[in-house]
Amino acid sequence: MQLGAEILIESLRKENVRVIFGYPGGAALKIFDALKDATEIRTILVRHEQGAAHAANGYARASGKVGVCMATSGPGATNLVTGIATAYMDSIPIVAITGQVATSMVGTDAFQEVDITGITDPIVKHNYLVQEAGDIPRIIKEAFYIAQSGRPGPVLIDIPQDVTAAMAENIDCKKVDLRGYKPNINGHIRQIKQVIELIEKAERPLICAGGGVNSARATEELLYMVENAGIPVTTTMMGRGSISQDHPLALGMLGTYGLAAANMAVQACDLFIALGMRFGDRVTGATAKFAPHAKIVHIDIDAAEIGKNMRVDVPLVGDLKVVLGQLNKRLQAKENQPWRTEIAEIKAKYRAKDRPVVGSGKDEEGVTDDAISAADVIENLNQRLTDDCIVTTDVGQHQIWAAQKIRTNLPGKFISSGGLGTMGYGIPAAVGAQVACPDCNVYVITGDGSFQMGMPELGTALEQGLPLKIILINNQTLGMVKQLQDHYCQGRYSSTEFSKSPDFHHLALAFGALSLRVAKRQELAYKMEQFVQHRGMAIMEVVVPARENVYPIVLTGSGLDEMVGT
Amino acid sequence: MKCWGGGKVKHTLAVLVENRPGVLSHVAGLFSRRGYNIESLAVGETDDSSVSRITLVVEGDAKIIEQVSKQLNKQVEVIKVNDITEEETVDRQLLLLKVNADIAVRQEIMQIVEIFRCRIVDIGRRSLIVEATGDDAKIQAIIKSLQPFGIMELVRTGRVSIVRGQK
Ligand SMILES: Cc1ncc(C[n+]2csc(CCOP(=O)(O)OP(=O)(O)O)c2C)c(N)n1
Repeated sequence: MQLGAEILIESLRKENVRVIFGYPGGAALKIFDALKDATEIRTILVRHEQGAAHAANGYARASGKVGVCMATSGPGATNLVTGIATAYMDSIPIVAITGQVATSMVGTDAFQEVDITGITDPIVKHNYLVQEAGDIPRIIKEAFYIAQSGRPGPVLIDIPQDVTAAMAENIDCKKVDLRGYKPNINGHIRQIKQVIELIEKAERPLICAGGGVNSARATEELLYMVENAGIPVTTTMMGRGSISQDHPLALGMLGTYGLAAANMAVQACDLFIALGMRFGDRVTGATAKFAPHAKIVHIDIDAAEIGKNMRVDVPLVGDLKVVLGQLNKRLQAKENQPWRTEIAEIKAKYRAKDRPVVGSGKDEEGVTDDAISAADVIENLNQRLTDDCIVTTDVGQHQIWAAQKIRTNLPGKFISSGGLGTMGYGIPAAVGAQVACPDCNVYVITGDGSFQMGMPELGTALEQGLPLKIILINNQTLGMVKQLQDHYCQGRYSSTEFSKSPDFHHLALAFGALSLRVAKRQELAYKMEQFVQHRGMAIMEVVVPARENVYPIVLTGSGLDEMVGT
Repeated sequence: MKCWGGGKVKHTLAVLVENRPGVLSHVAGLFSRRGYNIESLAVGETDDSSVSRITLVVEGDAKIIEQVSKQLNKQVEVIKVNDITEEETVDRQLLLLKVNADIAVRQEIMQIVEIFRCRIVDIGRRSLIVEATGDDAKIQAIIKSLQPFGIMELVRTGRVSIVRGQK
């Protein structure tokens, strides 16, 4: 017989869990007590439970394994919610474990009781309220299987206090048996043939690689298809890293904040091959105007994504690594030369336009010629990025500039909150990524708004000795919303300008980081060098004018070729 | 593939689920979250006590029904979803109806009950309780016939359906 909490920890160990991001509390006492003796598991105390969920997310994305976070009942559990929703929207495999009040108290509005399984129902792939300690081995096994198989996603396990304190037989669960859950792996052969036929007939085919290519780690298969069949490729934000942006056939990110060349290619193609993406509104713009000349092939492991947002000519359900393999085996080599030439022309035509542009037209005092543009920062960083660098971002204009420009050639190296757009994600996600990959250089690109949301986890980074490199692009505003106010509110800035900000320099020092501040373009390269070379945590504040906006942009109701600012 | 368009039709979905607490709320929650309307819902254990069957009636065009089925299928606890709209089925609902029944009209009500082959299951001083089973059309007809007497209370279950023949 063993304590429920011990059964839990042992079950986690059997799933090869090495790291848990957690925050304790009354209902989770026994669990944390058992963790104290679990030497093979590193428990990382975060500073806010949302940080635990984001760190588990960053860990999962950087390592390709399941990330684990843990919190107590009530406020601990609700603090996880944004992080769980973030993982859900981006299909990231995390397991969240929450303490719960004792079974006998459930339903009485006991101290720190919330119905977290009820609350998270819409944002988890699956969840459990554990009834008996003897069920723990099975539930843990199922949870890890569900989180990482098929379309990955978060699973929550809520464990009442008395269950963690109960004695039970720890019976090993050898096999998952879920009759209602059987992901489709192989593509249906008839549809495979239809796709082959469409690709062979197409004169202007275009691949769009989504996050599914990264999570299936199907990048080699993608590259083979692109080169063998001569098909240009664009990516979604979640698909960044699935192909090198320097590849002659790569167009970069598409969408309402995408690169002009990518969007124009979508509107010109006659076959759109969607790989592991969900046709989110940030990708399509107005759906009725999307890829007007194209037949659409949609390949995804989640059948429910197909036909949800976009008309589809051929659906194909399966694991991308397998399905792309099936397709590659049958595809003839092809040049598609005229189309390739056209793509090269489109790229050349729009390259210069993909740059931040002075947005509002309102003159600002004190803006001089040596002001730094956010694009300069990204370009400067790019020159120093190697394949083992990881870049996380927060949410806002800085995120878009990073998603458009950051050099990233591999899955799990560009880590950003795509579907939920969660400010405060960048720093905790970097904590998780750095823990997963201690030898990688992990950079965070953040804004002055987002930084102040993710800031608590600097304490975690400090305590864990994580050498994060944080670039804080300070435009003194909530730039992205301010830009929306330019477009939709006649430039009336409501609650988007900070009239006062903390002294970021001293703040960085307080967290034991190297603190750098740069406001002049001439100083950028030199400061960047100092920043990159530093061995410990470093925070570089780059002051940029508030007037820069993201262009091109596709406004509400417009098609991808109706961009503003090209 | 049927994706877009098509008129709105009532669909009957037979959904086999794990017979566990919380499953019904998962399924029902899914509908409200995705903005689908449940017209009626009936749930009960099947011959296998670990499996429940939820019979759902939903209105929507082909695209909506396809999404509903796919979203249901995605739930870990959902074992199987069958759209039995196009099948030959036997459909039943149960109706309990309390109707005003003064001495003067009792006889008349009894006749209606007779015609529809339903039953009187309780007699009060001024009211009767009528029990009826049948398909949608029959239940509607009974309600309509008894309306003029004054319906005091009415409850009906969701539709349950079973496909005819050997399957
Ligand atoms: C948690 C959260 N709250 C609000 C928003 C809405 N929002 C999107 S971008 C943005 C501004 C971000 O400002 P900052 O981090 O300074 O980045 P910038 O756009 O200036 O680069 C806001 C408020 C959000 N995405 N997430």
